[in-house]
Amino acid sequence: MEFPEGLKYSKEHEWVLVEGTSATIGITEYAQEELGDIVFVELPEVGEKIVKDDPFGAVESVKAVSDIYAPVSGEVMETNEILPDNPETINDDPYGDGWMVRVELSDIDDLKDLMDADEYAEYVAQQKEDEDDEDEDEEDDEEEDEDEDEEK
Amino acid sequence: MAAVDVALKRTPLHAAHRRAGAKMVEFAGWDMPVQYRGVIEEHLAVRSAAGLFDVSHMGEIEVRGAGALEFCQRLTANDVARLQLFQAQYSFLLNEQGGVIDDVIIYRVKPEAYFICVNASNVDKDFAWLASHAGADVEVDNQSAMYAQLALQGPAAEAILQPLTGQPLDAIKSFQFRFADVAAVRCLVARTGYTGEPGFELYCHGDAAERLWNALMQAGQSHGLVAVGLGARDTLRLEKAYPLYGHELDDSTTPLEAGLEWVVKLTKPSFLGRERLLEQKQQGVTRKLVGLEALEPGIPRGGYGVFKDGAKTGAITSGTKSPSLGKAIALAYVASDQARIDNRLDVEIRGRKIGAKIVSLPFYRR
Repeated sequence: MEFPEGLKYSKEHEWVLVEGTSATIGITEYAQEELGDIVFVELPEVGEKIVKDDPFGAVESVKAVSDIYAPVSGEVMETNEILPDNPETINDDPYGDGWMVRVELSDIDDLKDLMDADEYAEYVAQQKEDEDDEDEDEEDDEEEDEDEDEEK
Repeated sequence: MAAVDVALKRTPLHAAHRRAGAKMVEFAGWDMPVQYRGVIEEHLAVRSAAGLFDVSHMGEIEVRGAGALEFCQRLTANDVARLQLFQAQYSFLLNEQGGVIDDVIIYRVKPEAYFICVNASNVDKDFAWLASHAGADVEVDNQSAMYAQLALQGPAAEAILQPLTGQPLDAIKSFQFRFADVAAVRCLVARTGYTGEPGFELYCHGDAAERLWNALMQAGQSHGLVAVGLGARDTLRLEKAYPLYGHELDDSTTPLEAGLEWVVKLTKPSFLGRERLLEQKQQGVTRKLVGLEALEPGIPRGGYGVFKDGAKTGAITSGTKSPSLGKAIALAYVASDQARIDNRLDVEIRGRKIGAKIVSLPFYRR
């Protein structure tokens, strides 16, 4: 799995490319993989203000809707116009053509809460490990269940 | 992620799904594959070639004994007396109010035994309901833990299955079945399904499920067979407007409201729910299930409100972007006076209303 250097990452699995006071935002490879086939994207309008940690749009897979949380606050300067007709671009190229919005940062300090590529890679690894632990827990539970069955 | 409180149930194919790289989700208390390579790819493979589904989470309840026919006639809405040996029918268990306890398929497996396939989410409820109504001349047996069920669906299904069995498949017509060996695994082979494609549903002992799965996957390789998860199972059934329990059907919804009157045989002298349904038929239903097609960007989802001229007239039960049609489609209950083809309605999606129109069902026709 890819975690490009030079991007900032949020715990909600968005990436941010900072150029001066402009921030381009998208979702990470991990996020698109978890979502599956993306079939619809809802983005804010140019001129709208997005607020850090609040939903600013949504991505929909065939199966479900997921909110996209703003990793930073700012005013929307541009949205990716190819996404409404080609939402699968996010699956194909999440860090490139699949970008979602570009905002003008309202508070540069917002960036402090974001992770760098190494930190995010570790964060994703931890999330995956938690999933696996869950599975192991289930296996343990199952064995316990079987023991109980034998007692009956 | 939060730890799960209750261990999820696993089908006999659970490990095989994990090895195949399936993404697993919780469904009705089971840890089930939602997709392998992607919902859209799997969906389209079933429409153009074939797909293999593990649906072992479905429950099986056998009703047998001298009173089995009479019992099934009273507890289900379709006419069980019409069933010849090795025939199956779609039916409902109804409560006294005519509400749907479950939608089921009943197989006449012996002259005096009926095998009822029920929804995973309803196994315990159905079994308790059936057992509580059984007299001395009927035995109700919950066999759900014993059976695995695989669904082989798609235009190539028969060509894939035939070389694996000595049973001539052309002798099994729609909603018929036979007991036959498939890849040396004893199966109930039924020409039924939930995709709108030709195909079969195979019930076998749980211990043999992986052998059967592997044999089918291998036989299907040259035919474009792919493993299909619950994600595409849902989009396939929705394109055909087949109801899903808990969405289009529940204990407070009647078959008449769901547009499934054809299943209910009101001419039968007596069955649970009949009086209420006759009354409802006479008075007319107040709401009806309709198909909607979105006219603007957006995907209606279960629970979203449906409006006419600003006033709420109903709610979506299921919705998706149809992989076959490339359009957003949905099923919804709306007030009967709004339920006419081409009627323009609005669906509220996250605070924003989009236009939609009522279309004829099913959404997808071959």
